[in-house]
Amino acid sequence: MQTSFMCTRRALLRASALGVTLAAIGIQPAQAQQTMESSDHIWQDLKGVVFGDRTIREADGVVAIEAPGRAQDAALVPVNITVDPARTPQGITALTLIIDVNPSPVAATFKIGKDAGITHIATRLRVNDYSYLRVIAETPDGGLHMAKTFVKASGGCSAPAVKNMDEALKTMGQMKLRQFAASPANGGEPELQLMIRHPNNSGLQRDPLTQYFIPAHFIQTLDISQGGRQLLSMEGGISISEDPNFRFDYKVKGTGEIKAQATDTKGKVFNGAWPLEATGM
Amino acid sequence: MKRPALPIDPARRRLIGGLAWLGAQAALMPLPFGAAALAAAQPPLALKTVAEGVLAFEGVVELETPRNEGAVANLGVVVGDDAVAVIDSGGSVVQAKALIAAIAKATAKPVRYLVNTHMHPDHIFGNAAFRDIGATIVGHRNLPRALAARGPYYLQSYREQLGPALMTGVEIVPPSVLVEDTMQLDLGGRKLELKAWPAAHTDNDLTVHDPESGTLFAGDLVFVKHLPIVDGSLLGWMRQMDQLAAIPASRVLPGHGPVPSLWPEALAGERRYFEALAADLRKAIAAGTPMAEAAKTAGQSEAGNWELFDAYNGRNATTAYAELEWE
Ligand SMILES: [Zn+2]
Repeated sequence: MQTSFMCTRRALLRASALGVTLAAIGIQPAQAQQTMESSDHIWQDLKGVVFGDRTIREADGVVAIEAPGRAQDAALVPVNITVDPARTPQGITALTLIIDVNPSPVAATFKIGKDAGITHIATRLRVNDYSYLRVIAETPDGGLHMAKTFVKASGGCSAPAVKNMDEALKTMGQMKLRQFAASPANGGEPELQLMIRHPNNSGLQRDPLTQYFIPAHFIQTLDISQGGRQLLSMEGGISISEDPNFRFDYKVKGTGEIKAQATDTKGKVFNGAWPLEATGM
Repeated sequence: MKRPALPIDPARRRLIGGLAWLGAQAALMPLPFGAAALAAAQPPLALKTVAEGVLAFEGVVELETPRNEGAVANLGVVVGDDAVAVIDSGGSVVQAKALIAAIAKATAKPVRYLVNTHMHPDHIFGNAAFRDIGATIVGHRNLPRALAARGPYYLQSYREQLGPALMTGVEIVPPSVLVEDTMQLDLGGRKLELKAWPAAHTDNDLTVHDPESGTLFAGDLVFVKHLPIVDGSLLGWMRQMDQLAAIPASRVLPGHGPVPSLWPEALAGERRYFEALAADLRKAIAAGTPMAEAAKTAGQSEAGNWELFDAYNGRNATTAYAELEWE
């Protein structure tokens, strides 16, 4: 059972952008620090692997991405994606988040529920070097729109690794949901913040004793719904920081509870359910 | 506010194979070196006598740069009747070899142990030099795992930061003897007490106490003057402050800061900083302020009290925000 599961998973990963590694597609990032030019150069190769020959429009105002110009902690780089509803009357169906220079550059793909009303998603990323962070938004007609921002995230003893592994393993699977009332500060719609305890291990390190690679262990899928309708689903990889954390706005419908289900690469399933708070309505 | 870094007197620098070596600082009391010692292949590191049989190198309170050669961490040496233990190997093999040369001038006894206080490069990049002279490397039970996760990243990012010349010979050498909880190292007539701590500065912090002289080698569990860096658990660090303070020593070698410092008074600064930082972050989290925004303001009331505040406070706030969000 375990073996067939693993095979299925590998096949799935191979079939999706999340399985793309720079090494597998023959890209060897420079030993020296990356620049805007070298990051763009990697993207030129990566683009075709992830999106084929589809046209991607850049900086046309449909989507925007912000992150600190210099990352404080390479393991925890906050990123905020915003969509401009005025420019996308049909809404957005998917957002793909890419970190050019990371070993596993496709950090996550978000699928957005049809009437979820999501116009921003904030999360945290591991960034291995100086790199562009990119977001590619997909509209219902299949159009692709990109925004990018350059982050300097290298140097010093801040490494994109798990900080407190004992604690991470002990608390794995815990979930927490915060509900923020609608306010002018968050664009006039209520927000949810879903947090999952998980080391989101890279699998790129060797066991010091056996010298075998420690298998990657990370949150692979996440589905969030309210009142039985899907708000947001994510396919994620190792470039999402430990304790994956997603904050987004949405449109409340009815009074149904908020549910979340996450699965990790070991096949563990984590579930959470929370009543809709008055403040969220 | 950022005070200027400690001055480096160019007259005190000596050239080694094209690299400038940072010599003794005015505040240090260098051991007396004979002419023969000065002519040795590897000019010795300037060590300060802290107590009978206890020597130390005092790192500069600066970021690691090619100019200071990454020699920013404090390093300790304890001499017993039979053997020597070294606490931390320094930020390069160049520095480690200079430390080994200085120990050879001070005593003929062999270096039996190298103790790593934690995973950070300024404390472990000299490990290969100690392995090569036959020292047994001792560390926290979590240190091999932490180095496996970070080693390749450290080697690459420090090549960028320190330059390839200083990175020559640097390897990630994990400890072969692991401390589960506590351990004694017998140097002959002198027993060092090692303790492995739960996550605080990192998840692999180890302290060394020499009851004979009343000296605590705290590694980066204690920062004085230099802003503390949180790369493990702020809450864990705050929780174990009292237990740390209870170690019956009279002086401490902080990981960074004046050598020696008074114990346990040396803890006062970081304790105050952690409380201020945690209080600001808890307020921001309760108000729903996003991480990037909170990191700009949390802890700022402490800016005037520390060197390297601007270099590390935003990072600490970011790291601790993610931890405190789960309270
Ligand atoms: Zn450290």
